[in-house]
Order: sequence, then structure tokens, then C-alpha cells
Amino acid sequence: MIAIIDYKAGNLTSVARAVAHLGHAVEITHDLASIDQAERIIFPGVGAAGTAMANLRELGLDQALGQALRQGKPILGICLGTQIIFSASEEDGGTPCLGLLPGRVRKFPSPLLADGQRLKIPHMGWNRVDFRGAHPVFAGLDPAFAYYFVHSYYPEVEAGAEEIIVGTTVYGFPFTSAVARDNLVAVQFHPEKSGPGGLRILENFCAWRPSC
Amino acid sequence: MLSKRIIPCLDVREGKTTKGVKFKNNVDIGDPVAMARFYYEQGADELVFYDITASSDKRAIMIDVVRRTAEAIFIPFSVGGGIRTVDDMRAVLLAGAEKVSVNSAAVKNPEIIRQGAEAFGGQCIVLGMDVKQVEVSERIPSGYEVVINGGRTFMGIDALWWAQEGQRLGAGEICLNSIDADGTKQGYEMRLTSLISANVSIPVIASGGAGTPEHIRAVLAEASADAALIASMTHFGEYTVGGIKDYLHEHGIPARMAW
Repeated sequence: MIAIIDYKAGNLTSVARAVAHLGHAVEITHDLASIDQAERIIFPGVGAAGTAMANLRELGLDQALGQALRQGKPILGICLGTQIIFSASEEDGGTPCLGLLPGRVRKFPSPLLADGQRLKIPHMGWNRVDFRGAHPVFAGLDPAFAYYFVHSYYPEVEAGAEEIIVGTTVYGFPFTSAVARDNLVAVQFHPEKSGPGGLRILENFCAWRPSC
Repeated sequence: MLSKRIIPCLDVREGKTTKGVKFKNNVDIGDPVAMARFYYEQGADELVFYDITASSDKRAIMIDVVRRTAEAIFIPFSVGGGIRTVDDMRAVLLAGAEKVSVNSAAVKNPEIIRQGAEAFGGQCIVLGMDVKQVEVSERIPSGYEVVINGGRTFMGIDALWWAQEGQRLGAGEICLNSIDADGTKQGYEMRLTSLISANVSIPVIASGGAGTPEHIRAVLAEASADAALIASMTHFGEYTVGGIKDYLHEHGIPARMAW
């Protein structure tokens, strides 16, 4: 079973539908026993980092995620889930986060300019991801694919830890849109809303056997 | 680079698509789920369902359409028409829509934008605006007025002010429909789209008047629209989403070209 972590951070049904569509048993849950028994974990979410972290702690899910990571269980972060995997976020006046990956989450600068044009915030819509390396979760993707993004904050990996960056996207400047380390992968975009390319990533994740 | 989005819009009444939409392929033209799937496979970047069901006791049918669509396509789609309360929003979002669109309900009760944004996040609240050109006046300084009831009722609200107010209340996006251009197939209302898009920081979807791929290119490139809503152009098989995107790509507009 694949556990989708429910920490009151938005509508998780799309992620569940996409994974179920691929033929996998899936459960939206905040139950610690279910998460412990799950074969894999998806950590999605939309909303604000401060509220999300407070809910995670209240439900004891911060500990559960850390434990799953140490056990070597495959974990996929999506959007806000990805952001709060890092050490801290600028959102909500500065929010300490899970610290499972080195880096912090920053707000897109305003005004954000490209070729003299002011870019809209949130970064909403389809954009490309330049994947690097040969991570199995991002295998078999047409380089021309685009992925669906909705966000106003982006992860900035700590200097010296750049080896965890597996994908970058340009919006005014290049930012980190996919990271991976050991049994953890995390993306800023929404694979469940990204058409066949996104489904391929979810399918790869569901089959992934991290060797660590 | 962020792609400009092409968004087909389907009118749905009591669970069936309307407007005599006809596809050449083996698509059940009355079935919104089949049409959504068809557009998904054609490379649509997003879809809009507009529920024109008149009787409120038949609205539950739309929820079923949304649920079945969410199981069939894996791109964002929004639902508008008849959304009046936060509970209406919740039902549509939990059924699997990515966004809800509020139009006349927000004009009558602007707080619904804030309530929706607080409950579900601004990214899923689309402010739909129907707009008509009028004489410039003290009350309508932009010369564009917000209307409801398909353009029959003028609300005495300036369109530019309302767009900015919608953003301030927490809307994540604006779907801007020109009643003057709607149905003409003579092109989008360029001046209106440009005015609104330049004066808000959230994305603007241009709506009303698309007849050719060149109209779409123009509104995206010259009026700074972030996305273009289309309906009859593709519903009647005259153009395909893929064909439109090829045209945009050839003319240097960033579009999602692989799916």
C-alpha cells in the first residue's frame, strides 16, 4: 500500500486518483500505524508552510516521516510537501521545517523580470524541467515534456549540497524543481496534474527500489 | 520558460455537453467526460466546465461528472457556474476539480473569494468576469463595466477595479470574458485583456471571440494574456488543440508541445 500523508494541507484526492489509476493500492491517511506499514509514502500538499508544519507536529507526522526516511522507505514529496522537507521556509515570517534535506525555501522576488517583462506570481502553469543524472524515478521522460506548477516559493539547496539537485526549471531564473537523495525524491510541480509525463514519474516512483 | 495555456471550455447542462458540439472521431458528443478525455489526449493544458444547469436540484449531476472526469484526465480542470457558497466550492474540489470559478456570486458577495481562498488556497479560486465596454465615466473610469446575466445586467462596477479587488481578496487567477467579443469569432478584446493583465500580478485567461489561431497568438503575445479560453473553434472540428499549438510554436509563443 502507498500512504498519502494527510496533514490538512489541501486536496489530496487528485494524487490518490492518479496513483489508483496506475493500479496501485493507495490510502490517504494520518494514522501512524498505517504509515508505518505502508510500502511507500507520498508527501503532497498545498497551502502555507507555517500551518502545515504545525499540523504535522500535532499529528506526530514529522517523526513518522523521519523514521520512514531512516528505514529506507521510498518517499515522494510534491509541492508544499517538497518545500517543508527542507530546513526552513521564508513563508509565514520564517518557518523551521523538517530538515530532511539541506536548504531553505524562498519567495520569488517581486518584481520578477524576464526580458524586461514582469512575470506573474504564483508561477502557475506548464513549464519544463531539465533533469540531470539518471535517477530511476525520472527515467523514460521525453525532454520536451512540461509539468504543471503552482507556487510562489521555491527551494534553494544549500551551497555544497548541489549533488541532490536532479532537476531545474527556469522562471525568471533557474530554480531547483526536483531533488533526490537516497530513498527520497521530491518535486516542486504536480505530477498528478502533469499529463502522461507526470503519470510516468508516479509510475516510476511506484516501481522504484532505492539501493541505500 | 512558462508555457501559455490553451484551455477548451465545455458548457454542461444536467450532465450533458451543449452547443451541439460535434467531433468527427468516435467521441460521444453528449458526454462531458468523453470530451474531456478527447481534449486531454489532444494536448489541452487545462479544461473548464461551465455548468449551465438551471434547476438547483439537478446540480448533484455535475458533481458526478467532475468525479468521473477526475478519474479520466490528469491535467487541471475548473468548474464554474452555480458556485455560490464555500460548500459548493468544497463539493466540486473534493470531487476532483483543481479550481472553482466564481462570477456573479462574487459580484454580489465579494467575501466568497476571501472565504474560498482561506479555506482552499487562492490557487484554486478563479475570478470569472463578464465585461462590456461602456462610456468612460467617473464611476467606470476604465470604460469597461462588470456585467452579469450574460451581459443583460450592468453592475455599476469598473472592470479594472474589480480585477484588482478580486486579487486583493485572494483570487489566484482571473478569467476575463468580453461579452462584446463573445461569439463573434473576430478575435479577443485586446485592449481590455491588455489593460487587466498589465494591472494585476495574477494570471489572466482571455475569453471570448476566438475564431482563428492568429487570434490566440495575438492575445497571448500582444495583450499579455497568460492563457486563452477556446470553445467553438475546436468543438466543431474546425481546428484542433494540437494544430493551434503548432501555429503558436511556429510564431515563437511558448506552448506545451509534447504530451
